[in-house]
Amino acid sequence: MTQTFRMDKPQPRLLDETRQGVIGTSMDRPDGPLKVSGQATYTADALPEGCVHGMLVRATVTRGHLRDIDRDSIADIPGLLAVVRDPRFLRNPAQGMAGEAPDQPGDRIDYHGQPVALVVAETFEAARDGALRLKLRFDSVAAEVDPDHATEVEPQDPTESGDWNAAWSGAAHQVDVVYTTPCHASAAMEPHAAVAEWQGDRLILRGALQMLRFNRKELADAVGIPPEQVQILAPYVGGGFGSKLGIGTEAVAAALAARELGRPVRVVMARQTVFDAVLRRTETRQHLQLAADAEGKLLALGHDDRVSNLPGEEFAEPVSSASQFLYGARATRFRQDMVRVHRVGAGSVRAPGEAVGVIAIEAAMDELADALGMCPVELRLRNLPDQHPVTGQPFSARALADCLREGAKSFGWSDRQAPGARQEGDWLIGMGMASAARPNMLVKSAARVRLSAEGAVVETDMTDIGTGTYAVLTQVAAEMLGLPPGQVTVKLGDTDLPGASGSGGSFGASSSGSAVFLAAKKIRDRLAAKLGCAPEDLSLQDGLARGANLEAPINDLLAGEVLVEEAEIKGGKTAESHFSAGFGAHFCEVAVHRWTGEVRVRRMHGTFAMGRVLNEKTARSQAVGGMIWGVGSALHEDMSHDPRTGHVVTRDLANYHIASHADIPRDMQAVFLEERDDFANPLQSKGVGELGISGAGGAVLNAIHNACGVRIRDIPATPDRVIAALEAAGR
Amino acid sequence: MQTTLTVNGHTRSVDHDPRTTLLDALRDSLRLTGTKKGCDHGQCGACTVLVNGRRINACLTLAAMHDGDEITTIEGLGEPGALSPLQQAFVSCDGYQCGFCTSGQIMSATGMLEELARGDPSHASPDLAQVSADDAEIAERMSGNLCRCAAYPFIREAISLGAKGERS
Repeated sequence: MTQTFRMDKPQPRLLDETRQGVIGTSMDRPDGPLKVSGQATYTADALPEGCVHGMLVRATVTRGHLRDIDRDSIADIPGLLAVVRDPRFLRNPAQGMAGEAPDQPGDRIDYHGQPVALVVAETFEAARDGALRLKLRFDSVAAEVDPDHATEVEPQDPTESGDWNAAWSGAAHQVDVVYTTPCHASAAMEPHAAVAEWQGDRLILRGALQMLRFNRKELADAVGIPPEQVQILAPYVGGGFGSKLGIGTEAVAAALAARELGRPVRVVMARQTVFDAVLRRTETRQHLQLAADAEGKLLALGHDDRVSNLPGEEFAEPVSSASQFLYGARATRFRQDMVRVHRVGAGSVRAPGEAVGVIAIEAAMDELADALGMCPVELRLRNLPDQHPVTGQPFSARALADCLREGAKSFGWSDRQAPGARQEGDWLIGMGMASAARPNMLVKSAARVRLSAEGAVVETDMTDIGTGTYAVLTQVAAEMLGLPPGQVTVKLGDTDLPGASGSGGSFGASSSGSAVFLAAKKIRDRLAAKLGCAPEDLSLQDGLARGANLEAPINDLLAGEVLVEEAEIKGGKTAESHFSAGFGAHFCEVAVHRWTGEVRVRRMHGTFAMGRVLNEKTARSQAVGGMIWGVGSALHEDMSHDPRTGHVVTRDLANYHIASHADIPRDMQAVFLEERDDFANPLQSKGVGELGISGAGGAVLNAIHNACGVRIRDIPATPDRVIAALEAAGR
Repeated sequence: MQTTLTVNGHTRSVDHDPRTTLLDALRDSLRLTGTKKGCDHGQCGACTVLVNGRRINACLTLAAMHDGDEITTIEGLGEPGALSPLQQAFVSCDGYQCGFCTSGQIMSATGMLEELARGDPSHASPDLAQVSADDAEIAERMSGNLCRCAAYPFIREAISLGAKGERS
């Protein structure tokens, strides 16, 4: 059994001493050639011998029971094999890191769109036909679906400090506003898919999943077999953004159908089902109260919110998470109400909390800067707390001030004019900015590294959901072992390999990378012993070992031996002693059409500090991708529910508008400041996947105000809302 | 029913259900799984292939409608070790993340560059007679290909870079 390394104290910056020079570089992804030639294999690409096709059937009532299934209604379909209905079907996907099955409601229906049966046929066409025509009978009862009117409200424990009334009432300037954000869908390009195959009592599932170590337990628990009998394979995942954190309805249905039929079963969700039955990001109603003295020093900071979820789901979007540590104030207050509604369940969508909460706090800060007549960058600089305002922890590494200053300079912030001052024909031009922050985590993660004359092999059940895992783990191993990256092979996405953190919460690269680092370090120690030098004197580069005036090719030291080391890491005392988070600053220029209300983002710049950058190129892609999500949430994305039944109205990609090429300018810059976070992990790195989205939408909204002088507080800022605001302002 | 397609230069006969889309015929019958199904409704572009040189959403057309047609899929452009300039540009520009929309982006770009070379105007063309290959044109013409990872700036960088390579 491998001993688990606990991150109890800062570790030496070994990656600043190693000689290979690949860590942090803009290395191309090793999986790139497979991806651009169509050879990377995603779940639905698998079609094992004898595989049949399953299509999920949804409930068409909001709340009640499935009374019966009229199997005769589709009995005439040639090639129809079964209508599978099992009490072990899931109500909704598991929440991230659950490690156990979510609600298995039997015949109970809790939301319109809940998958209740699986039609299986020899062909996809027959299965689809059957799923569309199958007659189901339900008993239906009244259900609350609208969070604005629902009566079941659960106040969560508030976080409060200081004397609110004194701080608020004595302030020279106050901002007291409500922002709302709609539901969001992850809408990964790959629909959720599973291919299940039984080999005796052993279940092999190819799945579109982000966290295999947890998913294996969830699937085993749902099906009712020991986890040791489950193997999950996910070498390539077509995007997740939180929607594939937990085991899904499609995986459990495929597994049960495959067992019942004794044949492999492939279930791919129709895009509409992805919207109907995959966890959404909650809508939010956010009440921001900011009070400041005449110099712009915050006296009171309140960020109350209302979120929703299905009855019984514990997940609550942590809306004010970043508001609790971005700025300090004499009095603070963070309250949350959870409203229970019968809409598809709510869960993690990229940057849960920050993605919507930082938009609102950063827009409110812009309103405060406006009230003060102060530069928005300066207002933020004046309010950076010395320590985490709620927990009192010191920050491990926080370069927010540098991000604000450097970002402003790179972007050309000093050219910003008064609201409405800059026009080009019918377009009003404006600039806006916002801070970015996202807490950083270290999650238990294991990896195995083998070194032989052929090179190094890294093995872990970690996933690469587009995040660049193949690239960064290659770089960590190559750097540590002194090998060209071409001599490192990374094997991922197989639960038979050591269990990793999985991809989620921006902790994947740092957590799994640290495990690879530690395993490789053990190999370094063995090479040092073979060379005859102390481990700290060892230097490895291009296959050559040096130390204590000795030098030998690594292959000579190996002498035909294969060195295999495994390591596991988990968070420790540094997570308590210090608060670790990535920080950044967004700057955005928009054009608002004075007659149509159309908003165009012209250019955007983000400066970020998130510890050591492991791969400049993939980090940039992550950061810019996040910024574009921010643009989408500010301008386009709006998942609507029917106010009567709660069913998702915008249930395809023509009605749920994610950003397209034409929405996004070429000039999207992400710059990373040099930083090491010694308290984060042995790589001194932090997450980037969710930092880019944090606050980005706020910069867009603030730019809209600078362009045309109106505040859009119900997002997205669609043309109808912008026109209405312009008219109301008499412009 | 039977349909004969010429796929990436090879004549292939497919026995299929009349309802089978070109996309499902390519993926499940011919096992050319590089072409992806993202929405099955012509909304995402992940299934873009060339039919007789023209880009098309393979999910929006039935296999039976393409008897005798020449189909080019991502597998026909190049493979690891022998990538086309456009494919190589996607790698060097990081014009992807998860890779799921990538085949569609590259096939769409391949068809789009032909349209540009032919001088076909678009909504973004300021002058219908003089079409340039600037970023606004490429963005407009590529907007049928969604990328949720949002690699858009790098996809367009790759298309610009790859177009130079394809010409030379």
